[in-house]
Amino acid sequence: MGFSPENFDNFLQTLPMMGMGMGGILAVTLILIGVMVLLTKIFKEK
Amino acid sequence: MLEALIPLFSSSMDWNLFPKQVIMWVIGGILIYLAIKKDMEPALLLPMGFGAILVNLPFSGALSTTTEGVTEPGVIETLFNAGIANELFPLLLFIGIGAMIDFSPLLSNPKMMLFGAAAQFGIFFTLSLSSLFFPDLKDAASISIIGAADGPTSIFVANVLNSQYTGAIMVAAYSYMALVPIIQPPVIRLITTKKERRIRMDYHARPVSKTAKILFPVIVTMVVGLVSPKSVALVGFLMFGNLIRECGVLNALSETAQKELANLITLLLGITISFKMQAESFLAWDTLLIMGLGLIAFIFDTVGGVLFAKVLNIFSKHKVNPMIGAAGISAFPMSARVVHKMGLKEDPENFLLMHAVGANVSGQVASVIAGGLVLNMILH
Repeated sequence: MGFSPENFDNFLQTLPMMGMGMGGILAVTLILIGVMVLLTKIFKEK
Repeated sequence: MLEALIPLFSSSMDWNLFPKQVIMWVIGGILIYLAIKKDMEPALLLPMGFGAILVNLPFSGALSTTTEGVTEPGVIETLFNAGIANELFPLLLFIGIGAMIDFSPLLSNPKMMLFGAAAQFGIFFTLSLSSLFFPDLKDAASISIIGAADGPTSIFVANVLNSQYTGAIMVAAYSYMALVPIIQPPVIRLITTKKERRIRMDYHARPVSKTAKILFPVIVTMVVGLVSPKSVALVGFLMFGNLIRECGVLNALSETAQKELANLITLLLGITISFKMQAESFLAWDTLLIMGLGLIAFIFDTVGGVLFAKVLNIFSKHKVNPMIGAAGISAFPMSARVVHKMGLKEDPENFLLMHAVGANVSGQVASVIAGGLVLNMILH
């Protein structure tokens, strides 16, 4: 534990992960929104 | 003779450790106080606090003891191995949580799901920040998942990644969930204007069919499971609980899941987590750092959700109250209530509750997705 130059390399490695993570969540979210819209349009409450 | 009668006075007593154990008794006492006097997540803080005292009494029989060369596992260690080391307790709890959630506010307004997604920003921000202090990415990722604001997800991910800091992570996750009414409001006020907080949002409940409510948990499980196979247990058990609730033919099971199962597991989970609160491993600078990083994760979750709402308002004709973004964290239903109360304080006729609940339940799903993606990225 503690800050060191090797940890800074680690940090740089995780920066693209930030983008990938949020991008991944957004992608799955958009799919789920599509699913919900379809479900509520196809199966309407009588 | 005194040595023979009271092990505290025996030669094998570790007096260097004793002051740390006393500090843990105080910490346990504080957790019990917060649970009882301040009503902060008492179902978890009280067992954790009491367990912290149990595991930090010298020669505690609640932990493994060795007598004449024979080691006997203590009850708390046995429970830990039976329910937390294999992620069983958090997954069973998720059945109960799934049975408690009504996804109708989300199904009638699916775009609320975006706020749930945005409010997971704190996890990935903290992943990067933690990597500056914890060279093992598995530890950094386990710490960042405190930002999921969801106990079972935090325990699950930290265990799968085999982090050495599970104790501090669990205490941080559950403590900050209890502190949502204290953490979120100042952050929201800092990054919004009074005018933004007064934005009114009308709620028109669109009816959702029973078929849609039944198919939703099945489809979510399949979509999330295909994207992140490692999270199938997590999302699957949550959605299984929800399916039991919505199917309409298993009311007794739904009631049992929501009440008896959830209460039983919560009872055992709290006291079992204390296994990781033994003084020699818990009282370290790492623990303080993890508590700090966990707080940052919660703060940036709130920031992510609110800023996303503000960006959306730039392009959207129908303005969204940016506080709704803060409700996208998974701390259900606490976060929705916090946002609703803040909205009423700014404008007594602005009822944000149903919008906030929609964002809040979406946060429950989004946090599980985030947990799965973190596992994908770290374990690939």
